[in-house]
Formats: sequence, C-alpha cells, structure tokens
Amino acid sequence: MSEEFKVEIVNPEKSFLIKEDVSEVVVPAFEGDMGILKDHISIISFLKPGIIKILSKSGDENYYVEDGIVEFKNNNLSILTSSILNIADIDKSQQQDLLKTAEEEANKSEINDQSKYLADQKVEVLKSLN
Amino acid sequence: MASLDDLKKRIASVKSTQKITKAMKMVAAAKLRRAQESAEKGRPYSEKMNNVILNLFNGVSDKENAPKLLSGSGKDKVHLCVVMTSDRGLCGGFNSNIIKKAKSYFARLSEEGKNLKIVTVGSKGNDQLKRAYGDKIIANMSFKESKNANYFDAEKVGKMVIEKFEAEEFDVCTIFYNQFKNVITQIPQAQQIIPLNVENSEENKSEDSYEFEPDEDEILSNLLPKNISTQIFKAMLENSASEQGSRMSAMDNATRNAGEMVDKLTIEYNRSRQAAITKELIEIISGAESL
Repeated sequence: MSEEFKVEIVNPEKSFLIKEDVSEVVVPAFEGDMGILKDHISIISFLKPGIIKILSKSGDENYYVEDGIVEFKNNNLSILTSSILNIADIDKSQQQDLLKTAEEEANKSEINDQSKYLADQKVEVLKSLN
Repeated sequence: MASLDDLKKRIASVKSTQKITKAMKMVAAAKLRRAQESAEKGRPYSEKMNNVILNLFNGVSDKENAPKLLSGSGKDKVHLCVVMTSDRGLCGGFNSNIIKKAKSYFARLSEEGKNLKIVTVGSKGNDQLKRAYGDKIIANMSFKESKNANYFDAEKVGKMVIEKFEAEEFDVCTIFYNQFKNVITQIPQAQQIIPLNVENSEENKSEDSYEFEPDEDEILSNLLPKNISTQIFKAMLENSASEQGSRMSAMDNATRNAGEMVDKLTIEYNRSRQAAITKELIEIISGAESL
C-alpha cells in the first residue's frame, strides 16, 4: 500500500504547487509544528510564519510562509497562503530584505500582542535560514 | 456640399482614428488573455477559501456568538458599498454598467431609509458617482500604478473595510464589480461580503467532521479578514478581465464603424470629384462652341 498523498499549495495569484507523491508534510501550525502523514484525520488549522517541509520520493522541498490556512481531508492537503517562497530560491539580499521588514514590524510600538508574536516568529525563522 | 479638400481631410482623420482604435483593440486583446488567465488561476484560492469557511461555519456550535464579520453587527442600518470600476475609459459600457447597478441599489436603500456610505475603487467610478452621491463617498482608491490586479492592492482595500467595520461605521458591506463571462458579456454583480452570505451555499454541506486547531472561533476570526481581501481580490481579477474584454469589443466596433465611415466618405469624395470634372468639361465645351 502506498503511503503517499496529495498536497496542493495555492496562493491568490495561482496554484503554486501540486504534488501527488508526498509521504510527509510538516507545517508550522499556529500551536506548533505539525507533521501530517497519510490518513491523518480531517483537520483545519492556520499557520504562523515558518517553514513548510515537504518530503517525497522525488526529493525534499522547503518553503518559507508567513501566513496561511491548512486543510486536510480525504488525503488531500490544501495549503492556502498569500506569501510563500521556495527556500532554494531565496538569495541573501532577499532574505535580508524580509528580515528587515519583519524586524521593523516587531519593533513598532503600537502593536498588539498577537501581531508582535507573529512578527517575532518571522524574525526568528528568517534568522535561522542563515 | 463639402469641398473636395475638406472631404479628403476628413477621410484622413477618420482613417487615423481607425488606426488608433485598431491598435487599442490589439492591446486589449493581448491584455485580456493575461487577465483572463490570472482570473482563472485565482479561482482555486477563493473557492478553497470559501469551502474552508463553509466547513468552519458548520462546525461552529454557538452561531450566536460567532465573529461579527460572519454574523454581522446585528443591525442593518448603515450600508457600505464598494464600487469597483476601472481607471481608464474607452471601454464601452463597462463602467456605466457597474454604476447603473450600484445606483439602482442605492435608490432602493434610500427608499428603505437606510444610510449609505460609498467607497470607490478606480477613478472612473468616482467621477461618475461624484455628481449624484458626492457627499456619500467616504474614500476613493485607485491603483493606477499597478499594471495588473495584485493581492497587495486588494489587501489594502480589505484592511480599510475591516477597520471601518470594527470602528462600527457600517453594518453591511456590498461590493460591486463586473463578472467576466466572455468577451461580449460581462455581468455586473452585487456581492455582500459582510456579514458573509452562507445560506446560498448550504446545499453542499460536507458530512465530514473536522478537527480544529486552535478552536473554530479562533480560526474563523483569523480567516474572515483574509476572506474579505480574497473576495475583493477575486472581484478585482474579474473586473480587470471584464475591462479588457469590454474594451476589446468596444474598439472592435469602433474600428468597424470607422471603416464604414471611410467607405461612405470615399464614395462622396469620388462623386464630387466626378461632378467637378463634368462641370469643367461642360465649361470647356461650351467655351469652345461659343468661338
């Protein structure tokens, strides 16, 4: 029996990625990283800034996301996100830019706790990419 | 009758107009393809988003205390209308159709004694509504600088709408845009986004029960603002495809009309040229006879 399922990542502009032969996906869910295998229970959750890891036979892929929603149902994983980047494609300067905007956001004074938390997350994840 | 010289000038001017409309048609056709493509590509996102919200909505046990963006503020007094039009003219009935739809909606609202607030997206709509509803327009946004509809712009509109909702400036929000059906037909749409209209999609209720992490309410309150931006973005994409389609067919008509006009003017020109030649001949002949 195959242990593979389908993952689909969509952003507002287009279908970002469709992969049929995925064995495991790790998503940065709001309450902690969450690994999803085949036949996981149907679940809806949303993402915090972090790394999506997609493990498949054809190789592993890592994506950086800032927000999004995950839905898993009938062995179909849908990830809706407005900001996603393939880590392999991010170069140093782009990373620095992202880090800078995230840091600015985190250091704003009139920020509520939740956005502060999210911005801090962003900074942390971006720093860890180095 | 116009002189030969005048006719010649007119033919030349109509021809150059025709060249312009033809070029505009070509440009619109090229842009239409791109706009249509991105409208199609953007559809999965908003569809999925709708699905998730629907599932969530069915999962929410306490519908009374659902987030306000979903259930509304409990009142129905102040209506916010977001009228989305283009920034450029020369696109046939595109803008007027939206405005017409919006105006009839406004008229109904004022009959029912409700307050009206308008946000215009796109400068053409602002121009047309300024005269009759100038005092109702609370904001005007236009994205002339961005070449294509992008999510970033939609988010700006969405954020503004949500801020105003949270400040309790309005109770119901409706967006007006043109839905792209094909090049010839665009259907003006009025879509209510706050409170969200879930009733009409209830038949495709899913049986599955989901696990939610964190709980439904929290996800919903995170998701709904995103959904507003998504719906606005979808409207923008549909609108930009409609605009190009409408412009293309308008320019096609204009080119054809210019062609007809050139034909007519050419016939007239030839006729008066012949008449002038005949007149000259008669003059010469009668001059020779009199000798």
